[in-house]
Amino acid sequence: MDNLYFLTRFDYTLIIVSIGAALLGTVSGALGTYAVLRRQSLLGDAISHAALPGIAIAFLLTGSKTPLILVLGAAVAGWLGTLIILSIVRLTRIKYDSALGLVLSTFFGFGLVLLTFIQRSGNANQAGLDDFIFGQAATILKRDVLTIGILGGVALIIMVIFWKELKLLIFDEGFAASIGLPTRSLDILLTSLLVIAIVLGLQAVGAVLMSAMLVAPAVAARQWTDRLNLMVTLAACFGAFAGVSGTIISSSATGIPTGPTIILCATVAVGFSIAFAPNRGLLWNSIKQRRNRRNLKIATNKFVGATAAENQIKENDTRTS
Amino acid sequence: MIQEHLDILLIAIVTASACALPGVFLVLRRMTLMSDAISHAILPGIVLAFFLTHSLSSPLMILAAAATGVLTVVFVELLQKTKLVKEDAAIGLTFPALFSIGVILISRFSSNIHLDIDAVLLGELAYAPLNRLEISVYDLGPVSLYVMGGMLLLNLAFIIIFYKELKLATFDVSLAATLGFAPALIHYGLMTLVSMTTVGAFDAVGSILVVALIAGPPATAYLMTDSLTRMLVLSVIIGCMNAVSGYWLSFLLNVSIAGTIATVTFFVFGLIFMIVPNRGLISIARRHIRQKWEFAQTMLVIHLFNHEGLPEAQDESEIAHLHEHLRWEPTFATRVVKYALNNRYVSQQATQLMLTDRGRSIAQQALVQ
Repeated sequence: MDNLYFLTRFDYTLIIVSIGAALLGTVSGALGTYAVLRRQSLLGDAISHAALPGIAIAFLLTGSKTPLILVLGAAVAGWLGTLIILSIVRLTRIKYDSALGLVLSTFFGFGLVLLTFIQRSGNANQAGLDDFIFGQAATILKRDVLTIGILGGVALIIMVIFWKELKLLIFDEGFAASIGLPTRSLDILLTSLLVIAIVLGLQAVGAVLMSAMLVAPAVAARQWTDRLNLMVTLAACFGAFAGVSGTIISSSATGIPTGPTIILCATVAVGFSIAFAPNRGLLWNSIKQRRNRRNLKIATNKFVGATAAENQIKENDTRTS
Repeated sequence: MIQEHLDILLIAIVTASACALPGVFLVLRRMTLMSDAISHAILPGIVLAFFLTHSLSSPLMILAAAATGVLTVVFVELLQKTKLVKEDAAIGLTFPALFSIGVILISRFSSNIHLDIDAVLLGELAYAPLNRLEISVYDLGPVSLYVMGGMLLLNLAFIIIFYKELKLATFDVSLAATLGFAPALIHYGLMTLVSMTTVGAFDAVGSILVVALIAGPPATAYLMTDSLTRMLVLSVIIGCMNAVSGYWLSFLLNVSIAGTIATVTFFVFGLIFMIVPNRGLISIARRHIRQKWEFAQTMLVIHLFNHEGLPEAQDESEIAHLHEHLRWEPTFATRVVKYALNNRYVSQQATQLMLTDRGRSIAQQALVQ
């Protein structure tokens, strides 16, 4: 009976939302790996905030809320924001962090201006646009899952096709350039893939929390392995796990929003990995440290004992002679 | 009505100044994103304080949120110290987690509290003057004006008192540590101020646009000057100008005030980025063009100098054939010859170019270098 009750709770909406969240976690986990390894974890934050005006402009121009059109607008704006950040860093002495902060907040501000403009112009169709700020996973429909699946799949396939090149780019850019790889274009390709992952997640998780969907699974996966292919796979799994478990937990009680729950699940995965991962984890390290200390102590005792004995012998020698 | 405008303008100006001051040091210390992290992460602190006091502007609230802000900084640094997570990832992990906790707390208990995520995240300057400080029957003005005014004075006092220490700890941490200035203490002092300023400002401008006020004016001022004092003053002036013009623009267009201020901040940055002398886009472009023509003229005089007095000189200095010898486009070559003639590096005799004394010395100099 209990089982049956449990099954009925897996209603249609929940299944759709879970599939959507799982797909999203997979895509953003896999692609987030590259951002984390390149130390651009916060670029995701900037892109997701910068996407807001794109969504508003896409809506203003077309008047429709078709996910594909809004995602396209978000992608263009997110991409433009990234381009501006990179040119500010290249052309001025302003550092990466300030450029990021500036673009993130001002683009978001502009998006807010456009949203208030749309609201006050009295367009009846506009409801739901501010879901992109906080995310509204419960509103994911079948067509959204389809969009996430197709675009995310394309992004992942591109990632696999350019696997070797991207790997070289993130680990040794100078070498990549020296053997004639177009590093600039590859950089743009990688950024574009990130943009795709981010704009797909905006509706479900929202602009504010989307960056964690990129960072958390990758950081968790990093603790378990030193190999890129394993890390990407693990990050995708962690992302999918966070998506599904977050959705189920939030549906089990009223008043628990899905997006933040997914993020917390991913954070728990990070905490677990940092604490317990073999070789790198905190627990492992402290055991290793204790063992080293003990070995050192034994060795020192032996050494001290040996030198003491040696001195004794020497002393005896001098006495006898 | 006029009173209301004045109130909003005053709050905007005071908030912008209060944010710009610590922002200068964040921009210089490459810690701008810490303000982004703090402004999000203080949400659970705000919610918990709200549960206790049931008011959005009590002093306890500011203290609780500031404590959460400092806690965020400590968290990020602890994560970094494990050496398992890099700084950027540590920031990217910490603040969404804390923010999520805040959002869940709000939506779980929103039935019995009056606290809106929209209000915390986005803020609405238009409502700020409605919450007024009243003592018995006297209306002393909006509460947020007092809060932000206090923060402005506190920031100003901190910077004036610890100016020397801040400057040293910003530009040379190791020297500051060697001289015994305790850069860690300065660091945490600054972070506490940033947290308090952010909390004070969130109810006027929201937590994301606070970053625009903190990062925007100092980044703009950084393009214009090399002196720290001038950068501080310029940041405050730019911040105030952005606030005032943003407010009037939003009033004209009837859109979000804080959003418009952020948008204006971006455009002012872009404008300064274009026109500022020496470092701006326009002067960079002009320098590039000037260098291109100068280099071409130097090439020309070196070419003439190399063949001067030799048998092939007649052929090599023929104007019509120059572009072949130097492998230039014919039109480009004609322009270079024109500029070189204007500068009196060369003189024209019939169809030939002859070096002048000036051109010869330039060629010699270039070859020596």
